[in-house]
Amino acid sequence: MPPPEKVSIPLLQHFGSPAKPLVKKGEDVYLGQKIGESTGLFSAAVHSSVSGKILSVDGAHHPLGKPVTAVTIANDGEDRPAPDLLGAEHPFSLKPEEICQIVQEAGIVGLGGAAFPTAVKLRPPKDKPIDTVIINGCECEPVLTADYRIMLEFSEDILNGAELVRKATGAERTIIGIEDNKKDAYKAFHEVKGNGHAEIVLLQTKYPQGAEKNLIYALLRREVPRGGLPFDVGVVVQNVGTAKAIWDAVSAGKPLYERALTVAGDGVRDPKNLMVRVGTPFQAVLDLCGGIKDNTNLLIMGGPMMGLSQWSPEVPVIKGTSGILAWPAATPPMEHNCIRCSRCVQHCPMRLIPTQLMKYVKYEFLSEAEDWGILDCVECGCCQYICPARIPLVHWIRLGKNQVTGLKRKKRVEDAQ
Amino acid sequence: MLNNEYVIQSSPHLKDKDSVRKIMYTVIIALLPAVFASVYFFRLRAVALYLTCLVACLATEALFLWIRKKPIQSLWDGSAAITALLLAMTLPPGLSLDLAVIGSVVAISIGKQVFGGLGHNIFNPALVGRAFLQTAFAEAMTTWVPPVTLHIDTGTFATPLGNLKFQEAIAQGTLTSLKDLFWGNVGGCLGETSAIALFLGVLILLAKKTIDWRIPTGIILSLSIFTGIFWLIKPNQYASPAFHVLAGGLLIGAFFMATDMVTSPITPKGTWIFALGIGIIVGLIRLFGGFAEGVMYAILFMNTFVPLLNRYSRPRILGERRAPS
Repeated sequence: MPPPEKVSIPLLQHFGSPAKPLVKKGEDVYLGQKIGESTGLFSAAVHSSVSGKILSVDGAHHPLGKPVTAVTIANDGEDRPAPDLLGAEHPFSLKPEEICQIVQEAGIVGLGGAAFPTAVKLRPPKDKPIDTVIINGCECEPVLTADYRIMLEFSEDILNGAELVRKATGAERTIIGIEDNKKDAYKAFHEVKGNGHAEIVLLQTKYPQGAEKNLIYALLRREVPRGGLPFDVGVVVQNVGTAKAIWDAVSAGKPLYERALTVAGDGVRDPKNLMVRVGTPFQAVLDLCGGIKDNTNLLIMGGPMMGLSQWSPEVPVIKGTSGILAWPAATPPMEHNCIRCSRCVQHCPMRLIPTQLMKYVKYEFLSEAEDWGILDCVECGCCQYICPARIPLVHWIRLGKNQVTGLKRKKRVEDAQ
Repeated sequence: MLNNEYVIQSSPHLKDKDSVRKIMYTVIIALLPAVFASVYFFRLRAVALYLTCLVACLATEALFLWIRKKPIQSLWDGSAAITALLLAMTLPPGLSLDLAVIGSVVAISIGKQVFGGLGHNIFNPALVGRAFLQTAFAEAMTTWVPPVTLHIDTGTFATPLGNLKFQEAIAQGTLTSLKDLFWGNVGGCLGETSAIALFLGVLILLAKKTIDWRIPTGIILSLSIFTGIFWLIKPNQYASPAFHVLAGGLLIGAFFMATDMVTSPITPKGTWIFALGIGIIVGLIRLFGGFAEGVMYAILFMNTFVPLLNRYSRPRILGERRAPS
């Protein structure tokens, strides 16, 4: 979509520490100019998504509901690119550390939704060799189709990006996992000749297969240990959008200032997949899609299963915004006693017992909840979706996770004293 | 649209359409073939027992909802109606109606509501009601009338299992044929006699995935193996596995009572143990126990183990290294 008149770019777009602002009110910035410097390991640089004048560096609406400093920029409409943005001439002859450096400078984060800083993933610990790179083309949630669109339009870029990831991590294999309802994407990858030797694998369509641990299990039958990371089983997973962003950054010097997202839902007049500049207000995106219908009162950032409901359409698109959904909210259904039908047990991708975890949290048996794996929950929402008694299982489990981690933190502090 | 009030809610934002009430009514529909079969075989006796149990169960449920200050709509969630149907189906057709009322009141009050209502009970409510009647009114509960379709006028009449156990049916050559057991043209409790009608019902439940297929499979499998071993050793003393599966309350128990969600385990492994246990206990009681039939006690017995089974059969979490506790 065309860049909006004004963007508001939060300096923190994921969990972790916010970036340090590099600009002041009244300054002129270029498109792609770095405006926030990363401040630690779990922090990513932030770049301007337009060229123009900075209106403020101040608190602003944030889709994650946190108070975060944001840089608001008035767009001059010229998209003057920052002069120092140059691509590498021979992207494939770069050293691993050079690739990581470019990725880090470009502020690239995982574009699946969680927005984990990508550079961290490209630098596996020395004692954990990586043998396989998985490129996630499984669309993290139903309804969203932005990854699909990217796979069709930028198949070659994705393959190139995948090859860079492989080089950076020193892996031997690259696998691109695609679900079997996206056969077109499967074909598209076969048609382009990338600079690599990626295997393209078709998987059964099944939510939440886009979740890292489940995708690794589906493709390689390797189980990431509890509380562990894909590193622990020699795997690095990158979303297709991230692979494209890596290629763009390395080959053209383009930092991450725009992303593909899906605008959909019964409340959207004209649903679309769009390439949107980071910092664009939801309202501007929705306007381009014909606006929203009158009875719409639910606005979601992300997918229908894990997305966050928003209280205002003024929040900006951030690097982790995989979708904007809107529809009329259903009245909350009457909750029933659990009838122990065990459907939540049958559907949990982590093989947990959601109903038991819910009861443990409700009656404050927190150490039992921890023993039964409450922290392993990925909050995919399957249990609550399927529950015939309409119990807000995910809500209870989230509450329990917070309480359990809170207790653990407290215990650590006490032990330290 | 800026003045619109947006709803803030916790994810997921989608919901499957199935509900507790839908599940309950699916079970009721699945019971109907067997209900109709029993009305065909026992005529007005069957109708009278069904109506009595339905009225008594719903009235008891309503009374308890009122006492416990619970919303009265819960009366129509279908669970009390299922208890009523299942209780009636496990009663002897000739039972007097006042005993049916007592059974219903016990089933709903002691079987279900004292634990806190639907979802909290440990035992299958219908079987609690039946077990009470069996103990308190043993004679009435073991007096059988023949189905109308058999055209017998006799005071004493035995079920196929009673015949086998107490009248040396195999030696006498009077063992009920598998064909009669299949169609239901035999004596027994109201709803348990016709295997074909029960099969029709369970097909609905399996197709809609309302019940766990492991339970009927496990029960039939373990009972068949258990009785099969003895049958192979001494065929002139023990009946065949096919006879044991089709006779008595095994099918209605395996299809509609052991599969009660509330009183069966929630973990796959626990469910297998539960089902296999029921089959073996039924076999033990039938072959070596004092009763001709053992399905009711087998299910109630395994019901008691459900909390333990759930606790010790937790599935291994994805990525978990140690053996599950």
